[in-house]
Amino acid sequence: MPGPDKTCTIDEAVGELRSGMTIGIGGWGSRRKPRAIVRAILRSDLTDLTVVTYGGPDVGLLCRAGKARKIVSGFVSLDSIPLEPHYQAARQNGTVEAMELDEGMLLLGLQAAAWRVPFLPTRAGLGSDVPVVMPELQTVRSPYATVLPDGTEEFEELMAVPALHLDAAFVHQHRADRSGNAAWLGEDPFMDDLFVRAADKAFVTCEQVVDTEDLLAECDVTHLRISRLDVTGVVHTPHGAHFTECPPDYGRDEAFQKRYAATAKSDEAWDEFRAEFLDLDEDGYQAKVAELRAGGAS
Amino acid sequence: MTATRADVCALAIAECFRGDGERLCNPIGNLPLIGGRLAAATFEPGLALTDGFYTLLDNVPPVGMSEEVRLASRTVAHWNPYREMFSLLWQGRRHVMMGATQVDRYGNQNIAAIGDWHQPTRQLLGFRGAPGNTINHTTSYWVPNHSPRVFVESVDVVCGVGYDRAAALGPVASRFHEVRRVVSNLAVFDFEATDADGVPTLRLRSVHPGVTVDEVVAATGCEVVVPDDVPTSPEPSAEQVAEIERLDPKGLRHQEVPEP
Repeated sequence: MPGPDKTCTIDEAVGELRSGMTIGIGGWGSRRKPRAIVRAILRSDLTDLTVVTYGGPDVGLLCRAGKARKIVSGFVSLDSIPLEPHYQAARQNGTVEAMELDEGMLLLGLQAAAWRVPFLPTRAGLGSDVPVVMPELQTVRSPYATVLPDGTEEFEELMAVPALHLDAAFVHQHRADRSGNAAWLGEDPFMDDLFVRAADKAFVTCEQVVDTEDLLAECDVTHLRISRLDVTGVVHTPHGAHFTECPPDYGRDEAFQKRYAATAKSDEAWDEFRAEFLDLDEDGYQAKVAELRAGGAS
Repeated sequence: MTATRADVCALAIAECFRGDGERLCNPIGNLPLIGGRLAAATFEPGLALTDGFYTLLDNVPPVGMSEEVRLASRTVAHWNPYREMFSLLWQGRRHVMMGATQVDRYGNQNIAAIGDWHQPTRQLLGFRGAPGNTINHTTSYWVPNHSPRVFVESVDVVCGVGYDRAAALGPVASRFHEVRRVVSNLAVFDFEATDADGVPTLRLRSVHPGVTVDEVVAATGCEVVVPDDVPTSPEPSAEQVAEIERLDPKGLRHQEVPEP
């Protein structure tokens, strides 16, 4: 029995968002980011978004375009370019709020939201400046005694990572069926399944929409990490993660990433890049990128 | 073959992992990778290595390869996506070597930001995994550009937890904390000295050949305990240099630490 058809357009997916919402974005750094969605948010009237993510150029674009009020992250990096220049500028200019967590804490915050518990405990963060500069992050005392080999007994104090509940989540997968069952290829699912489960509404963008019986054509069952039970909409966005990597379908477009990073140098550089690549719809953008690739420039 | 400064650093890094046995040796950056792999290939064969991404290896391949060669030359022993890495490190069977934009006499490390975290003068990487790493397992640091701006009185943002912070947490919460070494392009430090309160503090363990103790102290912006007799960091043997060459055929280590 096939699930319901949830395919929709990029604009229909982004149309579910409202200013001030908290959104989660899957992927990791400059890897497998739902970039087609980020580009559509840039073209929208949305503002004041809180963005939860293992940050990459998604964060940079949303900061530079004035769409983000707050970034909740474990890091923000372009991988081959360690520092995201637009996020860096936004932090240094004070134009965006930040919650910068230990990477593992971010995982636990998403997991807590996905499991509908208010927090999850961890040792990560204790003793560091994470709870010092973000005093909203509290600790919790274990109700169970820890007994050390020397007989010392203590009710341990642990970090209580708050649930990071998402109004909406967007992840990019390699393959999905029309009802939202999805397969990731490559070697790391990242936390995409946690993002969709932590969200009220979750959208899967994908390289290819396939029939359910073909989901296992290129992988085994362990790659079917996202279930339609957690998915609101499915959007076909071929090459949609560009310029971030999406192996084995394609690698990172390093030349394009460099070009993007250079737009932090001046307002003119940004305006030019925006006019050339971002003020277009997705088809226009992909045509432009294909043109660059054919010309050997990208 | 004679050893270069970068080769001395590679051996000093390798020595950080001596005695670790069957643990994940997880150095970050080119010279740390070369040093960690040198340990695994020679005196510490029980160590497990990562491929830099999503798997743990059962062989010791060179660094700096093209993606194609990297994938072709690895013997995969375990699937280690990021969530599995967190699981592994929370369990504790890991020794990481991270970089440090700033480090202080207690081993507190900063990679997040320079200035006030709330609106930094220079935004850096964020906390990344440093808080979780340091409170859960052994950590060492690598500093390729030893200067008073790196070794500071106190770091602007504590990402990696140092011994004073660990002491303040108490013996139970800090029972898995260990900052073992700081290796720089000039010297090796450990924490085998203590301050007046008995808290472990930075101690000069050895200076690299050709470097004087005075040079190291002048380049260190925080207090450092200098023993009466500071040994010279060992130079790698001919066999070790050959192994370093095999691990780093492109000589990436010399770009990171040029000959003085």
